[in-house]
Amino acid sequence: MSDICVEISGLKKSFGPLDVLKGIDLTVQRGEVVCIIGPSGSGKSTLLRCVNLLEEPTGGKIVVNGTELTDPDVDIDAARTKIGMVFQSFNLFSHLTVVNNLTVAQRKVLKRNEKSAQEIALRNLERVGLSEKVNAMPAQLSGGQQQRVAIARALSMDPEVMLFDEPTSALDPELVGDVLGVMRQLAQEGMTMLVVTHEMQFAREVADKVLFMDGGYVVEEGPAEEVIGNPQQERTKTFLSRVLDPTHHGPGDPE
Amino acid sequence: MAMSKRKRAQYFRYAQYGLLVLVAALIAIFADWEKIRTAFFNLDVAIKMFPTIIVTALKNTIIYTVLGFTFGLALGLVLALMKLSSVGPYRWLATIYIEFFRGVPALLVFIAISAGVPLAFNLLFDIYSTAMLALGIVGAAYMAETIRAGIQAVPKGQVEAARSLGMSVVRTNVTIVIPQAFRIILPPLTNELILLTKDSSLISIIGLTGAQYELTKFGRETLSRNPSLTPILVAGLAYLIITLPLGYLSRRLERRTGGKKVSVV
Ligand SMILES: Nc1ncnc2c1ncn2[C@@H]1O[C@H](COP(=O)(O)OP(=O)(O)OP(=O)(O)O)[C@@H](O)[C@H]1O
Ligand SMILES: [Mg+2]
Repeated sequence: MSDICVEISGLKKSFGPLDVLKGIDLTVQRGEVVCIIGPSGSGKSTLLRCVNLLEEPTGGKIVVNGTELTDPDVDIDAARTKIGMVFQSFNLFSHLTVVNNLTVAQRKVLKRNEKSAQEIALRNLERVGLSEKVNAMPAQLSGGQQQRVAIARALSMDPEVMLFDEPTSALDPELVGDVLGVMRQLAQEGMTMLVVTHEMQFAREVADKVLFMDGGYVVEEGPAEEVIGNPQQERTKTFLSRVLDPTHHGPGDPE
Repeated sequence: MAMSKRKRAQYFRYAQYGLLVLVAALIAIFADWEKIRTAFFNLDVAIKMFPTIIVTALKNTIIYTVLGFTFGLALGLVLALMKLSSVGPYRWLATIYIEFFRGVPALLVFIAISAGVPLAFNLLFDIYSTAMLALGIVGAAYMAETIRAGIQAVPKGQVEAARSLGMSVVRTNVTIVIPQAFRIILPPLTNELILLTKDSSLISIIGLTGAQYELTKFGRETLSRNPSLTPILVAGLAYLIITLPLGYLSRRLERRTGGKKVSVV
């Protein structure tokens, strides 16, 4: 089996007349952590959502775990079970308890029996440090806890790759650390991860590769130290100086 | 003579109470209490209605309503899904159905099912099928719109999360969307049940045998043998045994769901 987990080539996506992705190439090795950064509206979420076909690409090719998702005959439901997705707004199933959030797809999609699904669920809840919340309803949890449950839910499907779309952006600052801690742990365990984030410190520490996107293109790409520590492109520099030191730049700053 | 605003409001309130007392006093003086008592509160007539009104009439009203509601709910769900379908003709058919049956009197539907269908198709429904079909057909038209609004009120993120876990469209609807939609629409659906309970009285236009009597028919039958309004009043109170708790339940549910309003147009 090859070591390539995600391979994207010439990916294009438009919403009607709006071209959001204008030709993206990206290869993610197995076990690699890739962070995607860039200004609002640059197409980061769209790129991530194309990787599990929540958005239908308008052009190009996406191969995940050896399956071409852009093939019209692909069994997308089967392919998605191997691609975990974590959303900015958690999206826990609000009518199900925590444990049922983790078992519902295992049972209905992977056809695991109740007992083994529960065992796997409990193991993953432990991984994210929430064993004591098994029977809670999502509404009874803090944002940080909900997001960790969402991560455990995705992990319960035994995915080959995990996609994170700004997993900490909707959280109170004091809850961000717990979620990033879980993600750091996952990275250390060798999970392949694609992370859209504004947490530059996290990207620096954890990412093997950082992508800077702007205007539907990948503008700069390389090891975290280079892209964040020593950016070459003017647009990357401008973006980073705003993110890292927002108080010194007004919204009207020239690009 | 200047009067403060507060003083004026106070006098106005006194005046309202005064009017109330005056009207009550006039009624007390001039009303023929004996006549009112025998007309509305004829205890002998009322007592004679028991226990049949409970063990037969109320029971049948509940049975007819539950049958109609169940069928209407199932049909309403199908119509709601049709209305949300990406296939145009499904949407049009659902719209035509809903607009038609919300626009015609329920009584007409009862006549159609109980008399029209047997004449036209030589097909005779028993009382339970008639109640289920007629009430269900009418109820479905109203419930479809409620259910549709409920389904649309389920956040899009719930669907995306389910699909990301590999659930098919159908599986997502059955496991995630519809259960959540029903939680959202439980209060309006309870109101729908109240309306159907009252509409079940329309079945009294059909020739029913004694064991099939529901509250309205039973009230009318008793009335025809006792020249008093008491049977109607008692039958009305019996409806309240069903509708008041349901109304209370509906308000409770509405409060529990945090007053999350689903606008039903
Ligand atoms: N479903 C959609 N229909 C129409 N336009 C869309 C849709 N989804 C995204 N867009 C547009 O595509 C562009 C890129 O959106 P996207 O969400 O990918 O940006 P982003 O980089 O994730 O931004 P942010 O940092 O704000 O999340 C935006 O202009 C957005 O308005
Ligand atoms: Mg985004």
